[in-house]
Amino acid sequence: MSSITDPPQGSFRLSMLINDTRYRSLTFQAIAALILALSIWYLGNNLIQNLRQAGLNISYNFLGNPAGYDINQTLVEYTSRSTHAQAALVGILNTLLIAFLACVMATIFGVAAGVLRLSNNWLVSKLMGVYVEIFRNIPVLIWIIIIFTIMTAVMPAPRAFRGDEPEATMLLNAFAFTNRGIYVPAPIWGPGSLVVVLTFLASIVGIFAYRRYATKTLYATGRLLPTFWPSIGLFFVPTILMHFIMGQPISLDHPVLGGFNFSGGLQLGAPLIALWFALSIYTGAFIAENVRAGIQAVSKGQSEAAGALGLRSGRIMSLVVLPQALRVIIPPLISQYLNITKNSSLAIAVGYADVTATLGGITLNQTGRAIECVLLLMLFYLTISLTISGVMNVYNNSVKLKER
Amino acid sequence: MSDTSNTVAFVRTETIPQMPPPAAETGAIKWMRENLFASIPNAILTLVSAYVIYSILAGVLPWIFNGVWNAQTLAECREILDGTSGACFAVLTERWPQLVFGLSYPASEYWRPSLAFVLLFFAAAPVMFFDLPRKMLIITLFYPFITYWLLWGGTVLIPILAFAGFVAGYLVYQRFVAGSFAAGFFGGVIAAMIVWYIGGFLIPDGANQNAMLRPVASRDMGGFMLNMMLGVTCVSLSIPIGIVLALGRQSSMPLIKWICVVFIEFIRGVPLITLLFVASVMLAYFFPPESSVDLFLRVVIMITMFSAAYIAEVIRGGLAALPKGQYEAADSLGLDYAQAMRLIILPQALKISIPGIVNIAVGLFKDTTLVSVISMFDIVGMIRGPILSSTDWNGVYWELLGFAALLFFVTCYGISQYSQWLERRLATDHR
Repeated sequence: MSSITDPPQGSFRLSMLINDTRYRSLTFQAIAALILALSIWYLGNNLIQNLRQAGLNISYNFLGNPAGYDINQTLVEYTSRSTHAQAALVGILNTLLIAFLACVMATIFGVAAGVLRLSNNWLVSKLMGVYVEIFRNIPVLIWIIIIFTIMTAVMPAPRAFRGDEPEATMLLNAFAFTNRGIYVPAPIWGPGSLVVVLTFLASIVGIFAYRRYATKTLYATGRLLPTFWPSIGLFFVPTILMHFIMGQPISLDHPVLGGFNFSGGLQLGAPLIALWFALSIYTGAFIAENVRAGIQAVSKGQSEAAGALGLRSGRIMSLVVLPQALRVIIPPLISQYLNITKNSSLAIAVGYADVTATLGGITLNQTGRAIECVLLLMLFYLTISLTISGVMNVYNNSVKLKER
Repeated sequence: MSDTSNTVAFVRTETIPQMPPPAAETGAIKWMRENLFASIPNAILTLVSAYVIYSILAGVLPWIFNGVWNAQTLAECREILDGTSGACFAVLTERWPQLVFGLSYPASEYWRPSLAFVLLFFAAAPVMFFDLPRKMLIITLFYPFITYWLLWGGTVLIPILAFAGFVAGYLVYQRFVAGSFAAGFFGGVIAAMIVWYIGGFLIPDGANQNAMLRPVASRDMGGFMLNMMLGVTCVSLSIPIGIVLALGRQSSMPLIKWICVVFIEFIRGVPLITLLFVASVMLAYFFPPESSVDLFLRVVIMITMFSAAYIAEVIRGGLAALPKGQYEAADSLGLDYAQAMRLIILPQALKISIPGIVNIAVGLFKDTTLVSVISMFDIVGMIRGPILSSTDWNGVYWELLGFAALLFFVTCYGISQYSQWLERRLATDHR
């Protein structure tokens, strides 16, 4: 930094654009901008010409027109007279639903398989190894189709449940596995059930508050309060008590066989189940690898040191190994969640009405508005992805090792 | 107690022969005690898993070994099985050409894709295994052109012209690269363009009609062949693009950096299906009005963009993992950017990124099944479309899906084992 360069002598020469480092990057960027502008102009020009030839224009007015098709699984009010925009909304909600369900289930599968793969039990760890390899190396689309086939071709039809000696029976008299989907009891929210739900939420908050209090007491006085049984108690007792105090407002609507189909209860359609399980089992295999890698990344010295301090194995896991392993596990875990969300677009292969199937499928085919539909679809997925990666960055910054 | 004094205490004079360890502490029993029945929960876990394995095998093995390999229809197959459990593998033998080559690839020409497939091993071998003689790279060099000619047929002039363009480009590059890399590179590109443009006039009209190999349109290709074609083409095209994108993202020029960042993040943010929708319904609008680009090429473009973005991120990780000293050492040797990248940075960064790139390649190969959603008849498309809906084989799910799953498993597992081998092989940090 002490060297003094002579101020540039003489006038500006054209060769300096290439040879002088001060101008060179500007030159390259100008060329890049030119190429970019030219290709945008070229593509845009082609687009305009093609649209004019086909007699089309870009307009989003079709979103207000009636959709004219039915959707079998909806979370909000929807009829075939609703607009395309509402159909897209139904699709978006369905995408979020399947993504949420599959994320939860995949985490359960993945954590279980990842932990079991490190088990001392030779048979179990090998079995989990086989599970991971098989599911990672076969396309998720094939898994979706396989589970969808099991749901539709292997499960008994509803009429198999009829007669005095039915071929199929309901599980616990509440769950029916049929080729039209799985029927489960649906809760009926009677008057006063809001109080019960609020009590439940309050007791969840109570559990966290109690645990925090227990930790505080431990650090302040060294007295160890029991946490496990009080948590369990807080979880169940107030809600059940309130349920009976309010006169049992919440009841279950069991599916009942009537005619050729089940009525009542909640029907989880075959496409939903297929997509849910296939995505969770497939992604679970990837999560299992992440979990295993995360646990193995914590050096053995850490758990040995904790053991030397006299901690029991459960506490070593929860106080020493897991907090360090989670730092390694969570970023790839979140990107797996992102993958689940993106892979849920495969719903279109089994006819689950997610946003790709409504907006990118039926709406697109009915209106012929290919460009608009695909752009909206991309915008939706892009929003989700960017949101999730934003959350991930915030998390990464918060758990980053604070050095110096 | 009283007469211990007058009896001589027993003193052993020779060592007793070594006894074998107790039965419970040796061999298989010890191993089982330690690895299968170490504790009660462990034993329960073992029994449960053993039961799971048994029930799977008990269901699947008879089904496989009882399989029928010769029948014309599902009904005939069920007749042979006569109520016993067994698979109808006859569907695989009867529909083999459709599963592998697609619905309408001319049967007399099946030898062409088969030959291309065999050649693939010879072309890939020198790239994958460094111990093989370097001369084998010549096969790799010619492979794309030969395969194009074998698969699509038609006049041999097109692949020769394409090859000539590359040769011309390479010669020009060699001539100018000593001056500056940019001059060599762009000179080469322009030379290749000129050769292709001029050559375009030299190919006579109707050359395809009386060609040595019968021309086959891309829409006639399908089955597992289509998956292989898409996988191999897109991965090999996307690695150079991915390198460029990764370097662009690391660039100090803000405009170039942001172009690359926007491209990468956009592609990574949307599912492959939407990109395939773009290929099938939207991309045609962006080509010149009179041109007609066929669906295969459009899909290749989109999948290549997709995997290039992911590979760029992997390579960026490799670039970021290099110690800063490597960059500074290259600078202090007086190398310019292109030389530093080519000689110092990229060889190391690519080596670090190989496992990641292979992972992306495996994922991409699996994702080629998605083209069945935009009604291309790859292996999944063939199974779900023409085969399962035919009256002969309506209802043969497990044999077909199992076959497709097996093909993918063998390929993908093989590639990932290769990548682990390569990782061990390239590990230079001797510890």
